[in-house]
Amino acid sequence: MELLVSGNRREATKGPRWLLAHAVAVFAFLYLPIAVLILYSFNGEGVGGFPPRHLTFDWYRVLFSDGPIWDSVWNSLHVAFAAMVISLAIGVPAALALDRAQFPGKALFRRLVLLPLILPGVITGLSLLMLFNAAAIKLSLLTIVLGHGTALISVATTEVFAGLQKLDRAQEEASLDLGANYWQTFWRVTMPNLKLSIIGAALLIFTLSMDEIAVSFFLIGRDNTLPLEIWGRLRRGITPEINAVSTIIFVFSLVAIVVWYRLRMRDGGTEAGMEVVEAVGGTAS
Amino acid sequence: MVFLPYSTAASVLDTNAATPKTLLSIHNVAKHFGKNIVLRNISLDIAEGEFLTILGESGSGKTTLLRIVAGFESATAGEVWMGDERLDQRPPYRRRVNTVFQHYALFPHLTVEENVGYGLRVAKRPDAEIKTRVEDALAKVKMTAYAKVKPSKISGGQQQRIALARALVNRPKLLLLDEPLSALDANLRRQMQLELKSLQREVAISFLFVTHDQEEAMVMSDRIALLRSGELEQVAAPREIYSRPATAYVAQFIGHTNLLETEVRGGIARCSSLSWPVQLADGPALFSLRPENIAVVPPATLVVSGRVRLPGRVVNQAFHGATELIRVQCAEELVLIVRTPSSVAGHAEVELEFSPADAVPVRKSAERN
Repeated sequence: MELLVSGNRREATKGPRWLLAHAVAVFAFLYLPIAVLILYSFNGEGVGGFPPRHLTFDWYRVLFSDGPIWDSVWNSLHVAFAAMVISLAIGVPAALALDRAQFPGKALFRRLVLLPLILPGVITGLSLLMLFNAAAIKLSLLTIVLGHGTALISVATTEVFAGLQKLDRAQEEASLDLGANYWQTFWRVTMPNLKLSIIGAALLIFTLSMDEIAVSFFLIGRDNTLPLEIWGRLRRGITPEINAVSTIIFVFSLVAIVVWYRLRMRDGGTEAGMEVVEAVGGTAS
Repeated sequence: MVFLPYSTAASVLDTNAATPKTLLSIHNVAKHFGKNIVLRNISLDIAEGEFLTILGESGSGKTTLLRIVAGFESATAGEVWMGDERLDQRPPYRRRVNTVFQHYALFPHLTVEENVGYGLRVAKRPDAEIKTRVEDALAKVKMTAYAKVKPSKISGGQQQRIALARALVNRPKLLLLDEPLSALDANLRRQMQLELKSLQREVAISFLFVTHDQEEAMVMSDRIALLRSGELEQVAAPREIYSRPATAYVAQFIGHTNLLETEVRGGIARCSSLSWPVQLADGPALFSLRPENIAVVPPATLVVSGRVRLPGRVVNQAFHGATELIRVQCAEELVLIVRTPSSVAGHAEVELEFSPADAVPVRKSAERN
């Protein structure tokens, strides 16, 4: 009996061996570049040369004393945080309006809100640049913040709207029924149910903003964001210092995803949450 | 405690202690959704401590009526009064009414205990009071052991109990229940019907219960309000609504019945080969005759005076456990359903007998959709 079972199991794994190979190939395709990037951040011989030799932390040492890089990291964090705040502040109420309010042109609004997601960054960037020029606003980090903030409202709106659609309206009625007014119901029932959608949207917006390059390219003033700093250096010749800073960002993204995933599991989890995990994972890699 | 049907109570002029006081009055309530008329001209009173069931098919407007009382929908016309307070102009959170929702609507992010304490916490009751009242409420529905658990971890029947405790802990004057048992399987549902009924007696709160299940309505209610296409067909105690249905629809919706279309002439009602004396004016008349009021009698026995006897042929038998329903062809277009004890199989030719008093005149139900 035992033999039979194990025989069967071997049969089961033997069959789709090519599938396994395929899976390995897909994973390699996705993650090998990241692995190489990380590996070469420790390579003493610079970016070229195979196999990597003289493993070293030197590039990290160089990186930590490189002022401009850290300035750009700092700029990027500021921009991402501000963009996140702006897009949530506008996107969450927009999602509530889409879900609850009836107003003329609602169907159109719903589609328009999605537009920045579909629109190429070049067009968004160019049109914002023209707008800022026309308004005689000097380009700076602030213009990038405004650019990211507006472009990413759609992410906040769609994520939170999806969460609202899954929310059982009877819960809000139950709350009103039990004596809570509309405001109390919003804070005690609606928001706790939306918490994960909002955190998910925030993480997604943050990561999207962190690695955004097309819109930023048009709106950049004197201060660089990290992707633009890297871009600028690439033209002068790459060093593993870039690999080192990328590795650090990768690790931070990973930590953020894991933390959020844990949070989600603790709360019982929703499918919407899973989508965000995938989306965030996708942009991080 | 036995409650008089409201119609009787209202006609009794001396207000003795046995007459229940009216708790909630629904006056001429109508509800339109655009061109779609969901409720028309509903007037209904609920007495203190009464278990009143709104019974109706899906789409009859029963849930809408409940939601108007709860405050989730506003009536297009009419008023809802509780004592001297006009309820329908208040938001849901300022009505002394609580609801048990069809799918319970427990808060998934709160524990059982926090769910039950929600209303008290919002009302800013002192912590100690919340604690004892929540404990009492959980004990009442036998769910004390689950206080710290999230709702997603308990079964449907248990969620049902929590929903009940969460509503009752606020000591509402009226509890609204929107098909609360429909999600449970048959066995549990029967058990919960009895529990709910005895709980209602214990807490002495008026229950307004919505269901589409006529058996459930009969088992639990003091009175049944039968709703059809947004209008009340009849409001009466279960026994009365069963034995004295007002309309053909009521007779058919509650239990089985034979509807006899007759022509009355000179105090005799005629229907095909059938005739019996009635005290009605000449013209067409409709009668409801329950299957259990028709007896199968041995052939060639003496006809008891006053009873109607007719021969027929059994065309169909349906086994129902203790009894069975047989269909008897008595004439070309006269088939009667008869309830008999389940024993005799297949006498093709039978003699039937019934008392004219059991043929209840009913109004023809208006054509509506």
